[in-house]
Formats: sequence, C-alpha cells, structure tokens
Amino acid sequence: MTITIGLNSYLIVSVLLFCLGLFAVITRRNAIMVLMGLELILNAANINFIAFSKYGGFNIEGHVAVIFVIILAAAEAAVALAIVLNIYQNYKHLEIDEINKLKN
Amino acid sequence: MDIISIAFWVLTAVTIGSAAIVVFAKNIMYSAFSLLFTFFGIAGLYVLLNADFIAVTQIMIYVGGILVLIIFGVMLTSKITQIEFKGGLTGKMQLGITGFATLILAFTLITVFLNTNWFMKGNPNEVALSTVNDIGQMLLTQYLIQFEVASVLLLVAIVGASLIARRK
Repeated sequence: MTITIGLNSYLIVSVLLFCLGLFAVITRRNAIMVLMGLELILNAANINFIAFSKYGGFNIEGHVAVIFVIILAAAEAAVALAIVLNIYQNYKHLEIDEINKLKN
Repeated sequence: MDIISIAFWVLTAVTIGSAAIVVFAKNIMYSAFSLLFTFFGIAGLYVLLNADFIAVTQIMIYVGGILVLIIFGVMLTSKITQIEFKGGLTGKMQLGITGFATLILAFTLITVFLNTNWFMKGNPNEVALSTVNDIGQMLLTQYLIQFEVASVLLLVAIVGASLIARRK
C-alpha cells in the first residue's frame, strides 16, 4: 500500500477534523464542549491554509493567515470562557438549550 | 513506505482518533485531555508541511494557553463531569440526523477535493530552511496594520474577559 502523501491527504484529514468539530458543536449540550468543537473547526481550517501554502509554491501568506487565526482563537477562547463562568454563576449548569434569558 | 508516509499516518491516526474521543467521550475531562493529543498531532502535521514556526506557535498557544483555559473552565464549572448527548427520542433523532448530515458533508467535500484540479506551483520537496524570517518580514511590511489591530484586539479581549468573569 503506497499512497503518496500529497495535498489531498492533508485536505482529507482537515475534512474529517472539521466534520467531527461540527458534530460536536451541533449535538453536545455542554457549552464548553461546543467551544472544543469550535477549536477543532479552526484547526481544520489552519491545516488547509498550511497545506495550500506548501503545495502552492511555498507561499508564506498562508502562514500569516494561520497566525491571525490563532490570535483570534485565543481571544475568542478567553472571552467565551469568561462568559461561560458567568452563565454558570447564574444558572448553576451549562446546558445551552436551557439558557434563554439575557437578564434574570 | 518512506519515513514521511509513516509519520503522516501516525500523526493522522493520533489527530483523528483523539478528536473522535473529544467528540464522543462521556466524561468532559476525557474530552479536554484528549484535545491535548489532537493539538500535538496537528502540530506534527505542521512540521511535516515545513511550517516550523506555526508548529511551535500551535504548541505554545493552543496547548499552553487555550487548553489550560479550557481545563480551568471545566474544573470551575462542572460538579458532575458526566455529560450526555440530548436524551429521549427527539435527542436520538437529532443525533442520527446530525451524524448523517455530517457524513454526507464529509463525503461531498472529499469528492470535491479529489476531483478538483488544484493550482500547484513549484516543487513541494524543495523549500526554505526556515519560515521565521519570511513571516517576520511579512508581518512588519505587508500585514503591519492587521498585526497592530490584532494586538489591540488581544488587549481588549484580556480586559473584557477579566471584566466579565469578575465576581460581583
């Protein structure tokens, strides 16, 4: 079994990661699990960026895009977890189906 | 099989396997910890793709920052670490429909990828020794404004997060 490792191999890995993340975002009830699914989706996008960067003539702009995505993911995780902590103080649970009030 | 293929298959197995554990584990702590292996596997894939700086950044920010934050979040919020998918008949139906739709999406995307004639340039086997120099040049010339905006955004996010999470 000799499959040459090319652009398509990396794209397929990223598709699988993306679909797993999407499944987690849609089906899990815990807000932190939804955040983890989001991280998986962002990482799938990053793999695509880097793979296209390598196979498209080693264009470094893909790397720069990934750096910005990582920065945004860090900011998003910090703010989202702060919000999650606040939700937990008000509701004593994190079931996102039942969180439906902006003000108590 | 050469060493690159073996490394690719091992890293893919680690990444996808632990991502599956993240998604399907019953205990949220297991999910948080197997996210660690997913991030390491992805960093390995970056190394295979000649992205040395991005690989180190991935380990430092995702593993050292975001994952620690997520584990803190899990520990601060869940008394009962047992979490479940949506229960009952509607829950099972929703689970089935979502799984089916996700699989369809995956197959569609893979078919599209395999049948597209991508724009390829150059020989992927000959690359620069290090990307750090190029990335630095790029960040301080062409992407300078975005770079500064990102730093301001990080500052705002830090202040905002600590303001929101403060105990009243």
